[in-house]
Amino acid sequence: MEYLIGIQGPDYVLVAADNVAASSIIQMKHDYDKMFKLSEKILLLCVGEAGDTVQFAEYIQKNVQLYKMRNGYELSPSAAANFTRKNLADYLRSRTPYHVNLLLAGHDESDGPGLFYMDYMASLAKAPFAAHGYGAFLTLSILDRYYRPDLSRDEAVELLRKCVEELNKRFILNLPSFNVRLIDKDGIHDMEKITLTAK
Amino acid sequence: MALEDICCFKDKPTQQLFPFPALETDYHNLELERLKTSQTNWGDPQHIFIPPFPQATPFISRRTSRFRPPNHALTVQRPFPLSHGTTTLGFIFQGGVIAAADTRASAGGLVACPAVHKITPIHSHLVVTSSGSGADCMLWERILIREIRLYELRHKRRLSIRASAKLLSFMLHPFKGTDVCVALTLCGWEKEGPQVIYVCSDGARLQGDIISVGSGSPYAYGVLDGGLSWGLSKEEAISLAREAVFRATHRDAYSGNNVDLFHIDAQGWIQRPREDLKEEYYRELERRSKRRREKKKRDTIESS
Repeated sequence: MEYLIGIQGPDYVLVAADNVAASSIIQMKHDYDKMFKLSEKILLLCVGEAGDTVQFAEYIQKNVQLYKMRNGYELSPSAAANFTRKNLADYLRSRTPYHVNLLLAGHDESDGPGLFYMDYMASLAKAPFAAHGYGAFLTLSILDRYYRPDLSRDEAVELLRKCVEELNKRFILNLPSFNVRLIDKDGIHDMEKITLTAK
Repeated sequence: MALEDICCFKDKPTQQLFPFPALETDYHNLELERLKTSQTNWGDPQHIFIPPFPQATPFISRRTSRFRPPNHALTVQRPFPLSHGTTTLGFIFQGGVIAAADTRASAGGLVACPAVHKITPIHSHLVVTSSGSGADCMLWERILIREIRLYELRHKRRLSIRASAKLLSFMLHPFKGTDVCVALTLCGWEKEGPQVIYVCSDGARLQGDIISVGSGSPYAYGVLDGGLSWGLSKEEAISLAREAVFRATHRDAYSGNNVDLFHIDAQGWIQRPREDLKEEYYRELERRSKRRREKKKRDTIESS
């Protein structure tokens, strides 16, 4: 039902998420933001079971901020991703596992941009591009075909538009708009929303 | 709480389960981290009675094992099937917030009560509409009222609506996966403006401009989405809300009887007198037949 996508470039990461908050057959919100800001240069995109998403994401968010307060410097994206995965894994075999699928995107001064794919089974993979949701079945092949490691920012946005176009064409559910954000060495930038009308 | 005393719920087994004295517990120290061992952190912050859960389940569902008392052997059967039949809605506009709900409590196919209050004021500028299990909603509304009042007394300022919603959501979180079923819509006014926030026992917490909950909510959305805009006058908004609930009760079997309407603005909440939707139905029939008669008259005049 929900869709997340991330594309890593040479010095940036582009991420997008749909804006629908649904409850059975009803769209309760059309402008719901699924991205959580962990720090100045790290975003966590979170979808999954209602309630689990916000609880888990806010838990990770507050812990990352606590680390910064205690130690004076921020966690790197890789460290934050591994911390998140560890929490998922710890709760997985407890009586209260979190059913959430995540994308963590960030920019590190020394390592550069990073996109991390995590799912509810507590797997972690650093990937050049990734997607979650039923929409991923339709769009991963497009990403496979057109992705290059040296994409410019405009080309990456164009690739994202191609994916959204495919979703609008073939996906059975209506996802009218998508939040788009870009992370680079200067931080997180909000980009123009992709909506059905604007192609 | 007093309710518990009256119902004599101070069973021995549960006392062992929740040995923490009620007075000390405090939602500021909500112990929400889930520990792996089932022994510790029964940390239920409130002195609440949780009925023993049915023992035999074909699969380990998410949280039932957590609350299983160690020595229970009885299964509690529900006397009638629970149902979430209701239509409640809340929306914001320039004149404040409108909260509306029907008044039917259904239990399976039976109308258990035709005159229930589904909208409850919490404080002067906040009301909550409830849907889901009636008993759970009544309890959780009381808990929320208590906690908000305690916060106000302790900190000499009122909790914001967003904070109240977050508090409620965190209080409900330990019961996720159990049979607790509450879907509350907090509708209120604060100095930042009108707000409507939906909180559900599944864990969902959504702030929005229009929220409708219950089995009749799709019908209500159909009417609201077509007619709602920010610039509506108070009377137009009230009649739109009434119309939406009426249409929902017309189509949904589990909603009906009367409609309750609350209007919240900067001065506080005002309750409209309860209206019987039967009257509305007959007024609608009247309007339709009048329109038909006038159309016929016009057609005969034009043709002649």
